[in-house]
Amino acid sequence: MDTTFALSARGVHMEYRDRKSDTNLVAIDTMDLDVAPGEFVSLLGPSGCGKSTFLKIVNGLLQGTAGEIRLRSGRSGREDAMVFQDASLFPWYSVLDNVAYGLICAGVPRQEARRRSIPLINLVGLEGFAERYPYQLSGGMQQRANLARALAVDSEILLMDEPFASLDAQTREVMQAELLRIWNAAKKTVIFVTHQIDEAIFLSDRVVVMSARPGRILADIHIDLPRPRGLDVKRQQAFTGYADQIWHLLTSHGVSVEPTPDVA
Amino acid sequence: MSDGAAARDARLRGSLSQGVGYRTILPRVRRKRSPLGRWYRRNERAILGISGLASFFAFWQFGSMAGWIDPLFFSSPTDIVAAAIAEVQVPRFWDDVRYSLTEVTVGFLASFVLAVPLGLAIGWYRRVSFTFDPWLNFFNAIPRPALIPLVVLWVGLGIEMKIIIVFLGGFFSIILPTVEGVRTVEPQVLDVARSFRASSRRIFTSVVIPATVPFIATGVRLALGRLLIGVVVAELYAQTQGIGVLIGKSADSLQSDRMMFGILLFTLMGVITTEIAVRVERRLQRWRPNVNVEEGN
Ligand SMILES: Nc1ncnc2c1ncn2[C@@H]1O[C@H](COP(=O)(O)OP(=O)(O)O)[C@@H](O)[C@H]1O
Ligand SMILES: [Mg+2]
Repeated sequence: MDTTFALSARGVHMEYRDRKSDTNLVAIDTMDLDVAPGEFVSLLGPSGCGKSTFLKIVNGLLQGTAGEIRLRSGRSGREDAMVFQDASLFPWYSVLDNVAYGLICAGVPRQEARRRSIPLINLVGLEGFAERYPYQLSGGMQQRANLARALAVDSEILLMDEPFASLDAQTREVMQAELLRIWNAAKKTVIFVTHQIDEAIFLSDRVVVMSARPGRILADIHIDLPRPRGLDVKRQQAFTGYADQIWHLLTSHGVSVEPTPDVA
Repeated sequence: MSDGAAARDARLRGSLSQGVGYRTILPRVRRKRSPLGRWYRRNERAILGISGLASFFAFWQFGSMAGWIDPLFFSSPTDIVAAAIAEVQVPRFWDDVRYSLTEVTVGFLASFVLAVPLGLAIGWYRRVSFTFDPWLNFFNAIPRPALIPLVVLWVGLGIEMKIIIVFLGGFFSIILPTVEGVRTVEPQVLDVARSFRASSRRIFTSVVIPATVPFIATGVRLALGRLLIGVVVAELYAQTQGIGVLIGKSADSLQSDRMMFGILLFTLMGVITTEIAVRVERRLQRWRPNVNVEEGN
């Protein structure tokens, strides 16, 4: 194994306690994962397979029942930052204060944190919206702010939990292309959770396919598509080949997958 | 095919073809209005509101002048104005006003200052909640006026008694929604704060308090209503000083005009305090879409 890694997970196992039935529910079954610095890795699996749980364990919001995870700390000393599903912006803060939040929590004085947040607001394409409140933004714009908030703490790894799942199909494609542009500019390691096959392939260097609950890794597929990628990549034969491969993998393991329009 | 069946089929065909028709939807034709009509449309709300009030007072005035409303019990608008003018020239009246205002202000501030932090703590810390929940439920179940004789026994008939009654009305109105507000903070937003390694103190100031402000505001508005009831009941009971006494004494001596003036004063107090509360609430909640829409109307 490479001695430099951004994330290295060994034997991560997670059981939730179900108080009503007094049983344990296995959410993640002994998972190993290595991610190299700067790599874009997608975790792809059906809903309920433990993707969010894995990210929360990496982020420290949850503690696993077994296993070990090692993370590299970035230039700022921060290892990871989470981009949440459904944006989850603080509704009472402006875009600027939302983006500055992580820095303020890290002890950066408020004015300084705001000053350092502005380039990120511009990077995600929210120039001129710094003073708006979340309710004044569209779903796509909220996700841009959500991304800027995670980027602001300048961590080594960006953990993204289905950030585009609630967007309409067109906005989602725009955001996918935008994410690749931003990833290229910010030079981050990304672990991107999704249940959409074409989204995973389009964005990633590697797609890690997970089974239905309890989540196990079924395959780790390298995506050899040239970068930078435009949305037209999705029409290429290599792309649809990957999509077919993953689709068959999932269905053969009893996971029902809606074939997306891009899957032939 | 029998004759009957053929006739039935013919009837069915007939009724079906009768059902076919078209409906034409036309654009709205804007009627031209006269300048007066336009002015009316623009100020309809104010015009209807004011004319309703005006007719009511006119009816009242003429009714009492004509004799089919007994001014002994119902007074009349002009009598009330006259009584008000006479009343504001009496120094004792201003003492009463000051007395009632002091009860309201001190009682409200005390209930706010105690109910908000305690409510936040009960909502947030499980152990504090386990400890205080039985007390909250017990005291909240007591109809407040029932406590007046007991409070009189402790502190006498002075202003302290009224402040305590006002305080009790305000305290429970504020604390219960505050607790509720903290308990309904979205777990996902708390996760965001924790994910960015916010300290417990910052989680409190950046998530719990802002999320609870709308609930506290609801509590405050409730409190203002309850609190004025407390003032009136306590003053009527003690009969020492305050606008409530003005109302009680006027009623005893059949001065219905003076009594109506006292009632109007309490009403005015209710309107003004609620208006202040609504304004503060809007300022604190610019981030909430529905509050801003209200403002735009
Ligand atoms: N707090 C919890 N308590 C009990 N079970 C949970 C909890 N959170 C998630 N689960 C269960 O664990 C499984 C994995 O959940 P999650 O990680 O959210 O899946 P995903 O993000 O892949 O959709 C699901 O079956 C879910 O019901
Ligand atoms: Mg999830």
